[in-house]
Amino acid sequence: MFADYTMTELTSIFAMQGFAGLSLFSIFVLMALGLAIIFGQMGVINMAHGEFMILGAYTTYLTAQVFESVMPGLYGGYFFVAMILAFVVTFALGALVEWLMIRHLYHRPLDTLLATWGLSLILQQTYRSVFGAREVGVSLPDWMMGSIAVTDLVEIPINGLFVMVLSLLIAFAVYLLMFRSGWGRQVRAVVQNRPMAEAVGIDSGRVDRVTFALGCGIAGVAGSAFTMIGSTGPTSGQLYIVDTFLVVVFGGAQSLLGTIASAFTISQAQSTMEFFLSGSMAKVLTLLFVVGILMLRPQGLFALKVRR
Amino acid sequence: MSPSKQDFILAVEGLTVSFDGFKAVNDLSLYLEPKEIRVIIGPNGAGKTTVLDLICGKTKATDGSIKFQGKELTKMSEHNIVRAGVGRKFQNPSIYEDLTVFENLEVSYPAGRSVIGALAFKRDAAVIEAVEEVAETIFLTDMLHQEAALLSHGQKQWLEIGMLLIQKPDLLMLDEPVAGMSVAERKKTAELLRVITENHTVLVIEHDMQFVGDIADRVTVMHQGKVLSEGSIDHVKQDPKVIEVYLGH
Amino acid sequence: MKANLFIEWLKSREGIYYVLLALLLVVVFPLALESFRLNMVGKYLTYAFAAMGLVLCWGRSGILSLGQGIFFGLGGYCMAMFLKLEASSPENTAIQSTPGIPDFMDWNQLTALPWFWEPFHSFSFTLIAVLAVPALLAFIIAVAMFKRRVGGVYFAIITQAIAAILTILIIGQQGFTGGVNGITDLRTLMGWDIRTDEAKTLLYFVCVGMLFVCLIVGAWVMRSKLGRILLAMRDQEDRVRFSGYDVASFKIFVFCLAAMFAGVGGAMFTLQVGFMSPSFVGIVPSIEMVILCAVGGRNSLLGAIYGALIVNAAKTFFSESFPELWLYGLGVLFIAVVLAFPDGLAGLYRRYVMPLESKLPAMLRRGNAEAQTLPVEEAK
Repeated sequence: MFADYTMTELTSIFAMQGFAGLSLFSIFVLMALGLAIIFGQMGVINMAHGEFMILGAYTTYLTAQVFESVMPGLYGGYFFVAMILAFVVTFALGALVEWLMIRHLYHRPLDTLLATWGLSLILQQTYRSVFGAREVGVSLPDWMMGSIAVTDLVEIPINGLFVMVLSLLIAFAVYLLMFRSGWGRQVRAVVQNRPMAEAVGIDSGRVDRVTFALGCGIAGVAGSAFTMIGSTGPTSGQLYIVDTFLVVVFGGAQSLLGTIASAFTISQAQSTMEFFLSGSMAKVLTLLFVVGILMLRPQGLFALKVRR
Repeated sequence: MSPSKQDFILAVEGLTVSFDGFKAVNDLSLYLEPKEIRVIIGPNGAGKTTVLDLICGKTKATDGSIKFQGKELTKMSEHNIVRAGVGRKFQNPSIYEDLTVFENLEVSYPAGRSVIGALAFKRDAAVIEAVEEVAETIFLTDMLHQEAALLSHGQKQWLEIGMLLIQKPDLLMLDEPVAGMSVAERKKTAELLRVITENHTVLVIEHDMQFVGDIADRVTVMHQGKVLSEGSIDHVKQDPKVIEVYLGH
Repeated sequence: MKANLFIEWLKSREGIYYVLLALLLVVVFPLALESFRLNMVGKYLTYAFAAMGLVLCWGRSGILSLGQGIFFGLGGYCMAMFLKLEASSPENTAIQSTPGIPDFMDWNQLTALPWFWEPFHSFSFTLIAVLAVPALLAFIIAVAMFKRRVGGVYFAIITQAIAAILTILIIGQQGFTGGVNGITDLRTLMGWDIRTDEAKTLLYFVCVGMLFVCLIVGAWVMRSKLGRILLAMRDQEDRVRFSGYDVASFKIFVFCLAAMFAGVGGAMFTLQVGFMSPSFVGIVPSIEMVILCAVGGRNSLLGAIYGALIVNAAKTFFSESFPELWLYGLGVLFIAVVLAFPDGLAGLYRRYVMPLESKLPAMLRRGNAEAQTLPVEEAK
């Protein structure tokens, strides 16, 4: 397998696959961050997380359509508008869902799992009815097309690079929000000791709602980014949901840094293997690897030591 | 300092457990003689509950040894420690709310503990007799077929004690058995313990000094994970270290 | 003595429920439905096996498995492999490049039967495999998880991942497994043609028979001390551990039992429907099995059977007439079963129908003092 390639070629292959892996990494990070906030911080399982992402993708698609027909000249910048809209729309839906459904189920994680799965079915069917069963694509603006040649053999697509930079920025923003802001402090207070937090005047219901909505909003932005590298259909959310949960659990649900490390490991493992094995075997091996490690170390590979 | 270890039913030596550097129990040594009633007292955070956790296996020690009837408990899993004869009652009554009092006791009956055993288990005369006997000891004969969720707080505590008794443990560990009980219930509990202690070694954590005085053979005072003082209740009450830390002037 | 006890039980409330179910499945449906529809009921019943397994491991013991499709599929594939080998005799496959092996292997340029297919020439091996293969995989998963005290949500997600892994593996290795189309074109079971209407009717009765066997096994487990311990474990795992029970071994047992139930269901599916494919193995079918159990009222074995019948009948109805509405309906059902009626059909029955039962003739009430508590315990 490896013997077919020279050393330089191998390095370039790893670099290219590594970079392809980085695209996957960005998607995982964005999806996983949103889920890590909802699951890791709140203990809520959101099986509809993929559908929130797709909502962001569809919002982006619609924005692109609007720009194209109404103001084609500004098409180059549509993405930034789309991203903000995606965030707002998914945030709003997230808040609504939390208010209607999630807040009744906080002490019943397995039930939340089932209820949000039901939600995901409803959303999938809604997308199918509204946008049709076929996948829709978004045309990239000019400045995002093409690639940068780093060496003779290694070329990096610009849209992939853009998505990666975007993910890191968002990850950083989330970190600032959770650990350096007053808001983040409130969230962590509510998670660690709800009655006490309420006793000092924190409106825990509101904190819950906004936290859940925030997680969904980040998924929406992930969906926006997703349109850069693939087309969107009603069931596209299902593609990544299992991976995303594994990323969060593998990274040790409590730790945002662990989530990022885990997303990196898993995406790199998968894309590197994809080159040498068929796509499906690469996926199987990656999943087996993650499940295997979780069986040995259930708290996640990157979990920090927890005080009993 | 310690005489022949064969005399002791429980020998704790150098027990230490550290959580991220914080030593909840710090080089603690404790020796129980058979049929002794030892009460552990001390301020909150002294590590009393942690000691019980360590003995029954709920928490793993970072250092030290716990020998029970010659067996090293730190190396055993929780259910094997129970089968070796150690019974633990938790601070908050942990009974099976959805089962009846009878079923609660029956589940605790020391037979049919393996999967096959549990499938083949028959509620025969021996079981019924044992359950009824314990139910009488814990004042719950009339409530035998009631759902446990309907018991009062005090009755739930007694039920849990009953669930321990039916296992016929050699060492009974009770964590604040009268917490949350009315005066009348405390009296009954003291009576219950007096009956129990005739045939068991008992290790109790308590705060109610009156209650302690009623039942204790010896008292161990803990502070910051270590033994501060040990002896009869009077000896301990007069120990200046104890007065300063716990009892007040 | 035993016969008298049995007759007494038949007259009790619980016994009546079982008799009614038996009447429905053995008498009413076969008389009222034409062969095609009866076959569909048989198909619905195969899902009930998985749902009953979930009553034991989820309803009673609190172990949510989102991967029962794994075991359903494994049982189904075992049976399919046997039937396919029979259908691929050298005479039937004379036109292939390599006669004597299944058609899909020939298309994938295999020239010999893979080693793990060989034992499935034997029917007795297949029957054992239908139970043993799911149980073995369940055992491995359970030991790895429960010995390390992994439970709850983490366990559920890992079972889901394993369902995904198995699906991808089966689809990817199409030379060995028939790929995404599965193993199809099954014809005879030991010379007996299973595609005829008479055969399907007979297989329906076999399925009902197996269903009652599993029902009785499940009820026996739930009624034993083991069943009470499982209930205790669900609510107070620590207390059970500190009463001297090795909690992990009980969880392993019930998970393996649930897997075996699902495996039998899968095998019955293959026999009645005539094929097995990866679309019954993955995440979606697995979670549908959970909803069947939930609709029944997660603690009731009988409820699981009725849940399977009703939900699948609804699915067929909607898919035929209003396909768009089905996913909406299913989604709403998931939410409703969690928020509005968590005790499912059994709970609704207890609340609305049971009070009406006292209006029935006194005959039903005779000798029931003990049995009064049973439905409550069963439906808990």
